[in-house]
Amino acid sequence: MKYETVIGLEVHLQLATNTKAFCGCSTKFGQRANSQVCPVCLGFPGSLPVLNEEAFRFAIKVALALNCRIQSLIKFDRKNYYYPDLPKNFQISQYDMPLSYDGFIDINANGGTKRIRIKRVHMEEDAGKLMHPEGEDCSLVDYNRGGMPLLEIVTEPDINSPQEAYDYLTKLKSILEYLRVSDCDMEKGSLRCDANISLRPKGEKKLGTKVELKNMNSFKGVRSGLEYEEKRQESVLEDGGKLVQETRLWNADKAVTASMRTKEEAEDYRYFPEPDLVPFVVDKNEIEEIRKALPELPEARGARFKKEFALSDYDADVLTSQIDLADYYEACVKLYPNAKVVANWLMGDISAALNDKNIKVTELGLSPEGLAGLLKMIDSGAISGKMAKDILAESIETKAIPEDIVKKKGLTQISDAGAIEEIVKKVVEREVKTVNDYKGGKKTALGFLVGQVMKESKGKANPGKVNEILKKVLGD
Amino acid sequence: MENLYSLTAHKLKELMTKGETTPAAVAEQLFSRIEKCDGKIKAVVFNGKDNALKNAVASSGKNGRLAGVPVLLKDNICVKGEPTTCASKILAGFRPPYDATVTRKLKDAGAVLIGKANMDEFAFGSSCETSCYGPTKNPWDTARIPGGSSGGSAAAVASDETILALGSDTGGSIRQPAALCGVVGLKPTYGRVSRYGLIAFASSLDQIGPITKDTEDAALLLSVIAGYDEMDSTSVDLPVPDYSKALTKNVKGLRIGVPKEYFIEGLDKEVEASVRSAVALLKSLGAEVKEISLPHTEYAVSTYYIVATAEASSNLARFDGVQYGLRADNAKDMIDMYIKTRSQGFGNEAKRRILLGTYCLSTGYYDAYYLKAQKVRTKIREDFDKAFRACDCIITPTSPTPAFKIGEKTNDPLSMYLSDIYTIPANLAGLPAISIPCGFSKEGLPIGMQILAKAFDEETIFRAAYTFEQSTEFYRKRPKI
Repeated sequence: MKYETVIGLEVHLQLATNTKAFCGCSTKFGQRANSQVCPVCLGFPGSLPVLNEEAFRFAIKVALALNCRIQSLIKFDRKNYYYPDLPKNFQISQYDMPLSYDGFIDINANGGTKRIRIKRVHMEEDAGKLMHPEGEDCSLVDYNRGGMPLLEIVTEPDINSPQEAYDYLTKLKSILEYLRVSDCDMEKGSLRCDANISLRPKGEKKLGTKVELKNMNSFKGVRSGLEYEEKRQESVLEDGGKLVQETRLWNADKAVTASMRTKEEAEDYRYFPEPDLVPFVVDKNEIEEIRKALPELPEARGARFKKEFALSDYDADVLTSQIDLADYYEACVKLYPNAKVVANWLMGDISAALNDKNIKVTELGLSPEGLAGLLKMIDSGAISGKMAKDILAESIETKAIPEDIVKKKGLTQISDAGAIEEIVKKVVEREVKTVNDYKGGKKTALGFLVGQVMKESKGKANPGKVNEILKKVLGD
Repeated sequence: MENLYSLTAHKLKELMTKGETTPAAVAEQLFSRIEKCDGKIKAVVFNGKDNALKNAVASSGKNGRLAGVPVLLKDNICVKGEPTTCASKILAGFRPPYDATVTRKLKDAGAVLIGKANMDEFAFGSSCETSCYGPTKNPWDTARIPGGSSGGSAAAVASDETILALGSDTGGSIRQPAALCGVVGLKPTYGRVSRYGLIAFASSLDQIGPITKDTEDAALLLSVIAGYDEMDSTSVDLPVPDYSKALTKNVKGLRIGVPKEYFIEGLDKEVEASVRSAVALLKSLGAEVKEISLPHTEYAVSTYYIVATAEASSNLARFDGVQYGLRADNAKDMIDMYIKTRSQGFGNEAKRRILLGTYCLSTGYYDAYYLKAQKVRTKIREDFDKAFRACDCIITPTSPTPAFKIGEKTNDPLSMYLSDIYTIPANLAGLPAISIPCGFSKEGLPIGMQILAKAFDEETIFRAAYTFEQSTEFYRKRPKI
């Protein structure tokens, strides 16, 4: 392609505080409409906002984790616009002095790392939800979401491909999950992403006409939407056409973008300082305390995993990409020190099951203790690797502890030489013809005899031992 | 014995403590007085007689600082379950499901809330003529305005329709009507009294304060409503002094500043004479008087009308017909609902100020108007900081003229705006200021003088006001109705 793609991303993150940004209402998701509201978040006349300190601390945590500088004076502004989901008809936000700015995230790109600069991270309040019941001449508003604390995280236009956008979002989400400040669930809307994308001839310094892309419901959707838009813009330019600055919506079903509105007339939000919230000077000691209390972040943990557990770059990356997975891994390794084996199981069968069921590792029926127990049973020879896979599947399905499954079903592997020899003798007596074939030089007949022994033991005999004893009995 | 309704709160408390009267008797008399007078004055827009009489009986023998004392609230202060409309059609039928912090404090102190007072719509005005309920009349001359925007509160106190009243002051809305009605009105320091539950006009300027018959009552009422409130981030966490201790008849050594920029063209000769002789009286009682300069005074009114309307345009955006109050019928769609509701619900002055404020905040004008105004506001604040290095309080006229005629300025908004020329600077600087009676015009109209002090130094104001008041008889005079 003779064009360079330029992408900037804007993420809205709902902070998982107990109460809303400027009042004491609960932030619990999925409650009855308009049950989590008060005069303040309904914007009733005479009500006043008071900043939620927890939301502020969460915001500072994010800012620090994203390597941002923190504003020395915290100030809020009003963004004025009319919409029924916005009860005051203005949104408390931050305009010229965002809470933090000038940060970055490093992502893996082209075999190395690439730095995506963060332009600003600022706090604001969420709006309610508007619903339009079908066939009725009215609209309904649910203000439960109104006044929830949001962070807006804006990158510089440093992203040059849809895949980089995807990688940035994945990394951002990973960091945010480590901070435990949000459940980052795009389906619930606790993480939302809009993108700006433009193309320019390679080598050109000036940015091309940008399109704002909205309505993506997953990171994959962001990538697909950007891929579509990249191709669309390229073909317009190739045909000698001109792009218009506009907002387009991604339609996931049809896999296309469509124009929502052009920016011929820019909206005037009449920003001005929020007079109901007094600007305050940031307490440097408090910032330092928050910095000190920051958890180990994915990059640091990955490096430690590589060193401590002798993992490959890839394994360390995958295992530390989600805090729950990394926690699970470490908990398991503490009980079962063969780190590589644990990694293989987690990244193999367990990851497959998680994907299959679309659940998180914390929702898995099998605890790290359970997995460690399972692996120990393999080592002791109590069960075979094949049995372990079946037990794992059952444990995930029924949430039963692997040891219990083994006991209940009597699945313990038969490794006792005497017991195996008894079965072997029985089979040898019965399968006279095959035994003769074997003795006559047809070595492949042994496989059939092993199979018969296993069948006789209901699969519980240790296959290695069966082989060994069978050969001995046959006088080999 | 005098009629109970004509007494002050501190006098009534004394009588109640001695068992010489009861809250019920006071309330009964007061409601008869309202019935008799309010047809002429039109100060009360919601009469809470039934509840008030019950509460009066219940408050008998209680210990609260205002136990059994009737208080009238301006109609922009929320009372749970009671009409609160800002004298605007757009809030027709609105009954807030919560008390303002001051309302709760009054209830806790045992006060008997008697109803709601008329005001300029959303406090936009200096004459009480922009109310959707029609104008309140000045008790001294019913052809004249009572001042505004807390005109109902001031007129009710002057006509003995209440013992105490609360108003709100954004650019003079407590002090100017107090002056024009011959009563005491105090705008406390910004942040001294919680604004929670005061329907906002301009958030950075608004402050609730007492309107009373004398300084002692103002000190009493302020001590009840003042204090930090965790529901209002702009309230200040400073202890509330015992203001009654400041009521000493002694101004020896008190340094009074008289700003030369306030005695200019447009100031009524009788008003000037009254204020100057008041200053002379204080001097004769031992105060030091010096001329001071507040050089940015001439920019105060224009600065105010930018800051106040900008904030108002945003504060009033919520009145859109979606959740409460008026919703216009027959709207075609959402935008049409907004337009019809706001067109029908707001009066002309409200529309004028919303438009002005919206304009000032618009892209391309923000720097020239709003930002510039904020800079001038800082200059005005600095003027006062400098002045208060040389004096303890500042005395000025409250209003350039006594009460004007109803209708006289309604078609001339600029001349109306200029009636707040002396009161606006205190709001821009966040300072406390009181208006107390200091004379009468030849026509028998009351004249008020304003005393300002440093932020959170209401005590100096009370000291100067009390000394002057107790040395004169102006505050005792009541209109004949």
